[in-house]
Amino acid sequence: MDEHRDRSGDKMLKSSAAFKTFLMKNSQKSNMNLYDHLTRLLLKVMDEQPNDAVDIFEDLSYDVKRGLFEDTKNRLRDLPHTTLAELLAEQQRLLFTQQEDTEHEDELVESPLPNINEIGFYLEQAGVGLGREEMQRIFLALKQLVDSQPLILHCRLWGKILGTQSNYIVAEVEFKDWDNENEKSDQAAEEEQNEARESEENEMDQLPQSTYKPPPVVPKEPMGTGSNKNVYYVCKEPGLPWVKLPSVTPAQITVARQIRKFFTGRLDSPIKSYPPFPGNEANYLRAQIARISAGTHVSPQGFFHVGEEEGEEEDEAPRDSYEVNPDFDGVPVSEMVLSLSMWVHHVQHILKQGRCSWINLAVKPEEDQNEEGEAEETEEEPDEPEPEVGPPLLTPLSQDAEMFNTPPWSTKISSTLTSQHAVAVLRSNLWPGAYAYACGKKFENIYIGWGLKYTGQGYSPPLPPPPQKEYPSEPEVTEALDPTVEEEQVLEDALEEQQAAPEEMENTDEEEEEEEEQELDND
Amino acid sequence: MDADSLHYSLELVAGSGNILNTEHRTALQTSLLILRKNYKFNRVLFWGKIMGIKEDYFIAQGRGDDELKDKKNLYSFNCMDWFLLPPATIPMIEEVSKAATGRFMGDASHVYENTILKKVGDEDEVEEELVRISAVEHRLAVTIHLIDDESSVIPRGAFIKNPHGFVQVNRCFEGLTESQAAKLDSFLHFRDPKTLKKKSLLELSELNQTIDFLDLLTDDVPKGMWSLQFENANKVLILRCLLWLGMTFYHVPMTPQHGYIYIGDGVRNLDLSFML
Repeated sequence: MDEHRDRSGDKMLKSSAAFKTFLMKNSQKSNMNLYDHLTRLLLKVMDEQPNDAVDIFEDLSYDVKRGLFEDTKNRLRDLPHTTLAELLAEQQRLLFTQQEDTEHEDELVESPLPNINEIGFYLEQAGVGLGREEMQRIFLALKQLVDSQPLILHCRLWGKILGTQSNYIVAEVEFKDWDNENEKSDQAAEEEQNEARESEENEMDQLPQSTYKPPPVVPKEPMGTGSNKNVYYVCKEPGLPWVKLPSVTPAQITVARQIRKFFTGRLDSPIKSYPPFPGNEANYLRAQIARISAGTHVSPQGFFHVGEEEGEEEDEAPRDSYEVNPDFDGVPVSEMVLSLSMWVHHVQHILKQGRCSWINLAVKPEEDQNEEGEAEETEEEPDEPEPEVGPPLLTPLSQDAEMFNTPPWSTKISSTLTSQHAVAVLRSNLWPGAYAYACGKKFENIYIGWGLKYTGQGYSPPLPPPPQKEYPSEPEVTEALDPTVEEEQVLEDALEEQQAAPEEMENTDEEEEEEEEQELDND
Repeated sequence: MDADSLHYSLELVAGSGNILNTEHRTALQTSLLILRKNYKFNRVLFWGKIMGIKEDYFIAQGRGDDELKDKKNLYSFNCMDWFLLPPATIPMIEEVSKAATGRFMGDASHVYENTILKKVGDEDEVEEELVRISAVEHRLAVTIHLIDDESSVIPRGAFIKNPHGFVQVNRCFEGLTESQAAKLDSFLHFRDPKTLKKKSLLELSELNQTIDFLDLLTDDVPKGMWSLQFENANKVLILRCLLWLGMTFYHVPMTPQHGYIYIGDGVRNLDLSFML
């Protein structure tokens, strides 16, 4: 009996063990086994004790299975880092968009946009340039500028000025008419004066007015003439918006001639220098651009000629207009390289005063507007200052003065091996970075550099002016040495002798006086 | 910059304004290869161009086993015929600094003369004329030596010092990351270190012996001497030296491309302190 029971018990044990192992066999698909799954499921039911567990049994099973999948990914993900290049690329993408409303008529009309690709090619022959891709980007940026400003007559790539933190790409623009510009500048001047008057009225007590009269300010040249002939736009990188530079005043030019500063790349940074520069970096940049243009913009002789309307030779007024000569045939490159007289300046020279056309400051102008609200009294009679004269327009380069033992220009031919198709290159030694090339009928100027003139061995800043005299020295105010004891003694003896003769009777008084004086001397 | 990478790296430094004519570029590629074979250099670099009044000098530099010490400089007018320059020694530097002033002329046979009037004694006011003479080649050698000494740059990690003490190109240099490249202290002077010895022990302990054996750029005086910018659509890092105007260093982040070139008139900018 026991054996029978044992045998059936063993059989049951064996079959249950077999079944258990069957349950624990891992599925090939999911690597799970039924035994574990059922254990977990029942534990879950035990924990949660849901109502109607049998109805939601399949869902429970599904939940258990799903809960087994752990999240292998890290919860934290790196933010994609936008690099500087990506930011700029977004802005430069606009360069490549085609305007929808360009009509075919525009191709027939002469566009003020220069052909930068061609200029870039010639400059590359000359060994100057910014690289092909950069020139292409600048080309597209100039096109954007020309499209955005409707009144442009001429537009030119002036060059690039390097700065310590970022650089400037400069475009030179000549407008068709100047009314807009004049209005804006007048408005600005009026606002300044209004503010000055208001501050005057606010003062309750009149402070003592100083009798100092500052030297008269040289007025700036009107737009469209002289150093303000062109308007300059700058941008940091092609694709970024163009910023217009303010017009230049003669005071800024005179101070810019005396200081030597790097550009930082931000237009609003102040210029700390002695003599103090009237303005911020935008004004300094504009002043240097004006100086560089006046000093280094050259063209082959004959390309421009004086306008034919001025038939008479006017010796008094400097020529300030020129026209493209339609009869220009082009000068052979070898001649351009050999002699400097084949090149002429076509921008007016800036006089010492800071302007291109001299103005006589001694004459009291009628429209003089005083910012301080004081009435200008009659000035002292100055000697008539001599008018400053600069070399007239279109003077050849052979007349340029040599400074610091270096000739002002160096000429070169771009290739000695293939000189039939070479380009004549002119390099300025006074403004390092200024280049000009000429090839047949084409020529161009460009400046790529730091914006500084060559000053020879070293730059020494100007000394401050001598201190002003306080007041005129009169004998009452001048100091004099006190008389020494011996001198006083001598004086007294002399006095005594004078008094001794008439007053011999008053001996006692004299003695007293002597004693008193001795006491005083002893003090 | 390395002669092998000349054709694309010239575009990268073009932001400074001076590039080479196509004719010169092709001539350089040919002649630098020949130069390397003739002089048995390990590497030949196109060092740059010194602009003279009449002619420009093209300078090439050959490097031997030790990049820091085995340097030979050569100059040429037409990128084909190269002439070896003597190594710059201290008496040569003194001689040149007294005699040569002004710009380079561009003439190989030019001799610099500087006459100084010197009073002999207080009693007799006899003035002696002392004439200092120096040849153009000496001046070139000294100028190149000084420019290399004061303004040649490498990114940190580009060169390593092997156990024998030789400085060699690091073949495992992958390039600086963009954030590392934006900081000036990832760049080192490529010259015998001068300020490294003055550092405190604490700072020295953090440095890696194999790659940090050179001076940092940030130790230069005056502080604003280097201008760090991203150019060429912000892809290339450009370092410009304001003491030697015309020295440009470029590095493309995340690539091992780096190099420097000097194109200028070979005159030190003494007014730097006024200009900053």
